[in-house]
Amino acid sequence: MTSPAPIAEAQETPRTGTAAVPALSIDGVSHSYGPRRALMDVSFSVQPASFTALLGLNGAGKSTLFSLITRLFGIQSGRVGIFGHDVSKSPGEALRLLGVVFQPRTLDLDLSLTQNLLYHAALHGIGRREASARSTELLGRIGLADRAASKVRDLSGGQMRRLEIARALLHRPRLLLLDEPTVGLDVKARADIISHVRQLVTEQGIGVLWATHLFDEILADDDLVVLHQGKVLAQGPMSRVIAEAGAQDVNTAFMRLTGAKTMPGGGA
Amino acid sequence: MSSIATREAPRGFSFAEYMTCLGGIVWREGLRFLHQRERFVSALVRPLVWLFIFAAGFRQVLGISIIPPYETYILYEVYIAPGLMAMIQLFNGMQSSLSMVYDREMGNMRTLLVSPLPRGFLLFCKLLAGTAVSLLQVYAFLLIAWLWDITPPPQGYLTVLPALILSGLMLGSLGMLISSGIKQLENFAGVMNFVIFPMFFASSALYPLWRVQEGSPYLYYLCEANPFTHAVELIRFALYGQVNWISLAVVATCTIVFMIGAILAYDPSRGLARRGPAGGEA
Repeated sequence: MTSPAPIAEAQETPRTGTAAVPALSIDGVSHSYGPRRALMDVSFSVQPASFTALLGLNGAGKSTLFSLITRLFGIQSGRVGIFGHDVSKSPGEALRLLGVVFQPRTLDLDLSLTQNLLYHAALHGIGRREASARSTELLGRIGLADRAASKVRDLSGGQMRRLEIARALLHRPRLLLLDEPTVGLDVKARADIISHVRQLVTEQGIGVLWATHLFDEILADDDLVVLHQGKVLAQGPMSRVIAEAGAQDVNTAFMRLTGAKTMPGGGA
Repeated sequence: MSSIATREAPRGFSFAEYMTCLGGIVWREGLRFLHQRERFVSALVRPLVWLFIFAAGFRQVLGISIIPPYETYILYEVYIAPGLMAMIQLFNGMQSSLSMVYDREMGNMRTLLVSPLPRGFLLFCKLLAGTAVSLLQVYAFLLIAWLWDITPPPQGYLTVLPALILSGLMLGSLGMLISSGIKQLENFAGVMNFVIFPMFFASSALYPLWRVQEGSPYLYYLCEANPFTHAVELIRFALYGQVNWISLAVVATCTIVFMIGAILAYDPSRGLARRGPAGGEA
């Protein structure tokens, strides 16, 4: 109905009323599984309309952090805020502004694309008519309109990821988390997804936290958070992080930052 | 314009949003059930085997005297029908919780749990959805049973509905409570053996309790203490337009206790904590 409006609004809002409030703020968060410490005093923030890459090897603590932000795990210490709403104290208000694409696939394979989207909309309390309109619009945007009635099982890996991103946007969140969304995809599908998400940042002003271990997904203007063995080793615009590490590129910078610590263990 | 602006301040959730969410969860559970034809067939075959084979064989062995709510002598098939209805719900409750363990391992559960609505409400919706599915199964069974000459009074089909909803919720939340204690899918076979079979056999589903008492007083007390017995009796009386108040009280209390327990015990990090970050990332 008012499909063009939200885009315009979303562009304005971060610059006006809420400019000071970060889309996501992580404040001194620690987490352990029994004796194993997965996160140690992690702090960083994601600004609205920015692309923040969370760079870390497998086992760095990225998925744990995602589980804490999405309230799947209780927060043991520290604070997570989404546009100022504390995830532990007012999870409803916080989660309403959040869209997530988890690393494992979380679609119902036996249901159709539309059914998956409508289910998600219902979970956010969006009525059927509005949900149908938004589903059609989003399916069109990801180029899967003609597959609306197919079963998700019949989609390719890249198409499923695009559908998951569309689903995460259905309730019009202003912060989008993606946990290694390009894992297992071919080069073309990867490029499609990256450019789609970057478009969301520039056109709709969504704050994006993109967890990855692939250096080539990060651009010079992006904000970068380097997470290693549960600790934040560096953060800031990528160019600055590289300069501070005295390196030429992000690959070398990452190796310098983490190298000494990874050597003895032979990787995470 | 207003949608973004009002999001800044906490606004809670409206009744309509809660109902949309409930409707969506029930709808999805129904769709999934319809897609799993085998599940529907096996849910029906199981009680029918009992009805057509077991009951026919035992008809001559077990004489049933006139006990409430029955007003005449009845065939053994008629006696065990309510027990089989409860059995359908017992299996369905356990199966729903099995699918929750599966969902949790596969990641589908995350879709549900990142909904902004309160988690307790989401789990309650899940229970209601499971109960709705069990109602489909029970009424399909009643239809076949009717063809088999098990003909409760017509209004019984309506009066049994609230009883079925309550017993379905009780058995569903019991399943959820158990599933929250299960770390992995593989452990579920044990639940079948240690929960479903004892609950079913140590109850009034297959034989009236006065018969049990003649054989073994201890077993009788065990049956009386078994919530499943009361689910069966609640359904049995309701099917004949009557209320068994004791059973109603027991089933209602157990439903509340199991449900609160299940919601409190439901910890999504279980399974994820051990398998996710360890198995998923590494």
